[in-house]
Amino acid sequence: MSATARDLVPPESRAPSGTPAKRVGSGKVRRLSRRDKVVLSLMVGLPTLIQLVFIWLPTVMSVGLSFTRWNGLALGDIRPAGGDNYQYISQDYPPFWPAIQHNMLWLAFLALVATPLGLLLAVLLDQQIRGSRIYQSIFFTPVMLSLALIGIIWQLFYQRDNGLLNFLLGTSGTPQAVDWFGDSSINIWAAMVAATWRHAGYVMLLYLAGLKGVDPSLKEAAAIDGANAAQTFFRVVFPAMRPINIVIVVITIIESLRAFDVVYVINRGTNGLELLSALVIQNLVGEGQVIGVGSALAVVLLVISLVPIVFYLSRTFGRENRA
Amino acid sequence: MSAAVSPGTATSRPATRSGSRPKRHYGTHIFLTAMAVMWLIPLVWAVFTALRPIASTNEHGYFSLAGDFNFDNFIQAWSQGGFAKYLWNSVIICVPAVLLVLFFASMMAFAVSRVSWKFNVTLLIMFTAGNLLPPQVLAAPLFEMAKHFQVPYSFSDSGNMLNTYIIVIAVNMAFQMGFCTFVLSNYMKALSADLTEAALVDGAGIWRQYREIIMPLCRPAFAALATLEVIFIYNDFFWPLLFIQSGDRLPVTTAINNLQGEFLNNYNLLAAGAVITVIPTLIVYLLLQRQFVAGLTLGSSKG
Repeated sequence: MSATARDLVPPESRAPSGTPAKRVGSGKVRRLSRRDKVVLSLMVGLPTLIQLVFIWLPTVMSVGLSFTRWNGLALGDIRPAGGDNYQYISQDYPPFWPAIQHNMLWLAFLALVATPLGLLLAVLLDQQIRGSRIYQSIFFTPVMLSLALIGIIWQLFYQRDNGLLNFLLGTSGTPQAVDWFGDSSINIWAAMVAATWRHAGYVMLLYLAGLKGVDPSLKEAAAIDGANAAQTFFRVVFPAMRPINIVIVVITIIESLRAFDVVYVINRGTNGLELLSALVIQNLVGEGQVIGVGSALAVVLLVISLVPIVFYLSRTFGRENRA
Repeated sequence: MSAAVSPGTATSRPATRSGSRPKRHYGTHIFLTAMAVMWLIPLVWAVFTALRPIASTNEHGYFSLAGDFNFDNFIQAWSQGGFAKYLWNSVIICVPAVLLVLFFASMMAFAVSRVSWKFNVTLLIMFTAGNLLPPQVLAAPLFEMAKHFQVPYSFSDSGNMLNTYIIVIAVNMAFQMGFCTFVLSNYMKALSADLTEAALVDGAGIWRQYREIIMPLCRPAFAALATLEVIFIYNDFFWPLLFIQSGDRLPVTTAINNLQGEFLNNYNLLAAGAVITVIPTLIVYLLLQRQFVAGLTLGSSKG
């Protein structure tokens, strides 16, 4: 009987209570029957195996492949390359630094525009206003759409010759018409607006749930103390939503690292729309497969992603671990 | 977050507060109406474009009201554009993936939340972290694993796992499992320990506790998660893009990207395709809005 097996005890059977249904041996602790242990190991083992094979093994392999040179054909062709791939992407690979900048810009835009907009909508809709549900449904609609589809829908809106935006600006058909997704100096902004369309609705929804969870007596107490609406919100309500705030911070960072679909639909993440995730894929598909370079880019993405992931996990599970 | 995830609050959104009299918020209404109009413009424009035959827009321009309005573009996209097939492909991927992910996640969640043992928190952390990774981090190894996994040609015409639905289903399932396990384990933790205690006294084994006591009580959480996962997996663009090479096997969300090239200069048809792609999510949303919203807020860990 291993230590693990001895720990496989339902929490309720720790406290002595009632008539013990099953006692193994002399009954120090009520243990699980052999059959229960088999069942439990399957219940844990199968999902864990799936996670290891499809998530964690590939993650480790990404790290491994990033130190090799490989064209993706025969497994025997994998050659060790040391840090060459990293040196290459940081010094000789032109889209790398623009991609880092664009990912940071994307994060800043979501954090400074989309998320506050979602919070503002939530605060306004949390008041008792007529038609609140209708407004909520409208703002929420894009959240159901895939980012790929959002890219297509905004393409129709942004096109140079036949897009609505150029008609509305009166530039359609003139030389001043802007190709919002094609012009490399502005297309990242156009793409971020399209992403905001979805992100703000998502943030609104989460904050609406958060605001409903804030104890109304907190607000009343603040009002009695003479705080105005803004003071009440920023000093009392917002800090009280701390758990939701953490989730929103993490979601905003992760969404900005995951941004892929929109730019891939527009132009596969080239010409002003370089993002780390898109560069990874550009190096994996197409003629010149350079798995090592793609993996090095994936590892950069992984390392950056681990910051919000570890932050979130330590917030969520830290308490339980200590207990 | 675990506070947000209790059986009581899972599906019941707090009812609109009553009691105090409604105030007037003219400024708020003006702002919200302006925002709502801006929010709807891209969608309305897509529907408007889709309803006009290309002959009308060629003659009168896209920014006009003249000409015919009909469903010809939808009919063409459905029959010639292959949307009937793409939607069916989405079903083939979505249904097994959602059922499997809920099945495995519920077992895992049960084991980590109702049974106390050494590594349950460690495993739960591993599952949750896996869901937060950007999918592109895993792309190269998963692609190569699928490519080098030899299977008989009778099973897959590529001789490996590329270009099969199975690999897309498996990876979607694995990727969504962490999220579902996290949500379900929080939900199950909130269920009283007395429930399984009583069963234990009756001599019920682990499987009966799971199957007959905990599962039925988790129905609200399953409803919310199933709705959410159908939409997540239906909306998944990346995994089919990576694994499936034949265009006619793509699910609709990924296929529409190819149509962008095919329907070049026929924006009306592209718009119709986009609207067709939205319709299933819209139906799910309208029928199961409550479950969908509950799922999103109850698992607000979703990255």
